[in-house]
Amino acid sequence: MFPTAIVVLQLLPLDGTGTASDLMQSAVDLARSGLPAGTGRRARRRAAPWLVIAALFVSLLALLPLAFIIWIAVQTGWETVSALVFRPRVGELLVNTVLLVLLAVPITVVLSVALAWLTERSDLPGARLWAWLCVAPLAIPAFVHSYAWITMVPRLHGLWAGVLVSVIAYFPFLYLPVSAALRRLDPALEDAAAALGLGPWRVFQRVVLPQLRLAICGGSLLVGLHLLAEYGLYVFIRFDTFTTAIVDQFQSTFNGPAANMLAGVLVSCCFVLLGLEVLVRGEERYARVGSGAARHQQRTPLGRATIPCLAVLVATTLLALGVPFVTIGGWLAAGGTAVWRFDEIGLALGQTLFLALAGALLATVAAMPMAWISIRAPGPLQRLLEGCNYIVGSLPGVVIALALVTITVRIAMPLYQTLFTILVAYTLMFLPRALVSLRASIAQAPVELERAASSLGRPPLQALWSTTIRLSAPGAAAGMALVALGIMNELTATQMLAPNGTRTLAMAFWSYSGEIDYASAAPYAFIMVAMSLPLTWLLYVQSKRMAGR
Amino acid sequence: MSFLEISGLHKHYGPVAALAGVDLSVVSGSRTAIVGPSGCGKTTLLRLIAGFEAPDQGRITLDGEVLAKDGSAVPAHRRGIGVVAQDGALFPHLTIGDNIGFGMGRGEDKRAERIVELAYIVGLDKAILKRRPHQLSGGQQQRVALARAMAMKPRLMLLDEPFSALDTGLRASMRKAVAELLEAAGITTILVTHDQAEALSFASQVAVMRDGKFSQVGTPRELYLKPKDRMIAEFLGDAIILPAKISGGFAYSPLGRIAVDTPDSRDVVRIMLRPEQIALKRTSREGMSGTPDMLFGEVTESEFAGSMCTVAVRLLNSADPPDAAAIGNTPLILRKSGMDAPTVGEIVRLTVSGTAHVFA
Repeated sequence: MFPTAIVVLQLLPLDGTGTASDLMQSAVDLARSGLPAGTGRRARRRAAPWLVIAALFVSLLALLPLAFIIWIAVQTGWETVSALVFRPRVGELLVNTVLLVLLAVPITVVLSVALAWLTERSDLPGARLWAWLCVAPLAIPAFVHSYAWITMVPRLHGLWAGVLVSVIAYFPFLYLPVSAALRRLDPALEDAAAALGLGPWRVFQRVVLPQLRLAICGGSLLVGLHLLAEYGLYVFIRFDTFTTAIVDQFQSTFNGPAANMLAGVLVSCCFVLLGLEVLVRGEERYARVGSGAARHQQRTPLGRATIPCLAVLVATTLLALGVPFVTIGGWLAAGGTAVWRFDEIGLALGQTLFLALAGALLATVAAMPMAWISIRAPGPLQRLLEGCNYIVGSLPGVVIALALVTITVRIAMPLYQTLFTILVAYTLMFLPRALVSLRASIAQAPVELERAASSLGRPPLQALWSTTIRLSAPGAAAGMALVALGIMNELTATQMLAPNGTRTLAMAFWSYSGEIDYASAAPYAFIMVAMSLPLTWLLYVQSKRMAGR
Repeated sequence: MSFLEISGLHKHYGPVAALAGVDLSVVSGSRTAIVGPSGCGKTTLLRLIAGFEAPDQGRITLDGEVLAKDGSAVPAHRRGIGVVAQDGALFPHLTIGDNIGFGMGRGEDKRAERIVELAYIVGLDKAILKRRPHQLSGGQQQRVALARAMAMKPRLMLLDEPFSALDTGLRASMRKAVAELLEAAGITTILVTHDQAEALSFASQVAVMRDGKFSQVGTPRELYLKPKDRMIAEFLGDAIILPAKISGGFAYSPLGRIAVDTPDSRDVVRIMLRPEQIALKRTSREGMSGTPDMLFGEVTESEFAGSMCTVAVRLLNSADPPDAAAIGNTPLILRKSGMDAPTVGEIVRLTVSGTAHVFA
């Protein structure tokens, strides 16, 4: 699964040069990934061969899981494949998954647009606080949301429960880009529409909403991919999706072709979503036309609607933050000091931090050649390679893990369940996060400096090190933090791939809650949330800065 | 007949008074320019007329209909006032054709024909209608914005610095084209600008604004030649301001005896001349002798800039000045044709034409 931590961040630039939608686009766009910053023709040059080779290697590695699924399908033979794919169980899962996406995504869109408008464009009291509270649920891993809800309402299960918890867990993924886009809109356009005789509601319909299309499309895609990839959330409320079925299948029959074929269908679903988004988004680019700074936006007075609008925000906050906090707090209180088994918790924390940092480092190093080429020597080959990376990044963790399990078991048994394999899995899963951050920060380091270093006698690698790499260090660090957070809350791939004896925070949480020992699971949930909260603050601040405030 | 009538308009943003009592009346079919330095409140005034914001106090009437009065206001979309913003504010998600047709009903009769016609009126090619705003140049975007505003047949057209984003050459031609077009359509127009030359050439009535108030309203000629005070004078163009004594319709100043525009008599006044009122004629030191009434100067600086040349002239003799010492050392800065401008060190004879303006 994609852990809760924050794929959205990969869509937000870390330096303020690009726009959320630019990056959102590149995060999912195979064909043309928009560069975040002004890299003029002057910056273009040919990349050093070793860099190209390195980038090529990383991209091929990234394609491994996809290639593997195709290879397995070919090897299994058409008859077995069709027997495994065209059966009632798969149909059931497909219906469940499609219904989940069809219900949860539109509800999330409506909720996020309403929340974003209220916090950004109305005179709602305490708008800044509410804006931050709308981002904060991101700090809570999706499976912790579900754990909280099942504690509160033990009978919760099935499709509508899935929709409820999914909307609550994932609406910030849409809220963030939509509110950022709203903040960036040029109010002169709305004035122009009003002067042309349109009332407020029609201005919203005909001018504001169309300009939010990119943000809504990108955010919806993100939410959709998360719905497909999520595991823990749906296990708690006993709702079967492809991902839960694959993990079940894996646990009962290890790496049988049945699990692999389910993974194939799941990947197809992801591709359908990616394709749909490209279709709906179209070729539009809604850049602000004209020059000069945009005038400050006016906030719409709510008048008598203030109280009902506040009620919407209070209700959302109670559901998305109140429920998890009350539940975790309740379990911690009920468990008392007995649940704080510090030796065990310390071990889990240590292992988690080690995996997170090692994975982050590896992903960042792996992203470097690609990031450098995409800024300094962009071209069709680079776009293709980059597209590969993004597509793999959008695959569910369970698919990547399954692929790596099968490959190591069949071809390289000594690597099965080793630190190496799990780190490779993390790298594949989180490469896009590292890539986007790095790319944005390299775009900030002018190529002239690298050239100056070369002309002062530094060989190419040293020149790169002493200029571009130094300057892009903050961006790289931010990217690493994001990757580390992703790994910290990752569950599915870690369970399937980690060496024996590994017990991360998420795994410990999962195994305790699997034994219905919710009190013992609470400290782990608490630590995960506490470690993720600073990041959501960072996100909030970044999204503000991006809009130039 | 006064078409737009504004009286006692006030608008505050927190403690800052953006408008502090503005009165204006605009004749139907005329062109008015509101000019002032940035931050003087001119854009705020425009936004109040357009209805994007409501005034704190005062009233706005258009064609007898009260649009805003003491805090309550008719919303922008019910006013029928066209607005062209600084950068056009074209809708980036619509084609040019849809931008122009935005204010028309979707099923309106002959919508397509009208869009083509409007595009033609503002001088746009039909082929452009399928493009997007970002594919157009700045001048084209402004034309589209104008066509879009004209499509709804506005009673009043507000132009908010629409030419300031264009390059100099294009700016002048666009200004002329827009003025002619609106004239032909008979639409009353208000232009807001910080460019004095633009204001003077565009409008039949110019209002100079400062600190949220109009400091002077009048025809361009009146404002240029008879400004109320030194600041208005210098805002509208280069000015030579001299101390003088006036009596019997003449001023006695460092530049000699000059006709003035008032019959008053006062001992200490300031008079204003526009630099183009002073002509230079080449002569030599020898030419100076024996002509005591004439005024001579020496060129101390000469800066060639193509068609124009900026010349600094220090007076050599000056007839009976009130404070001769002060003015004697301050050179006059004049702009002359680059063709035959005098060079540094040359002696010139100065002659003043026209009358000088006396500040009250």
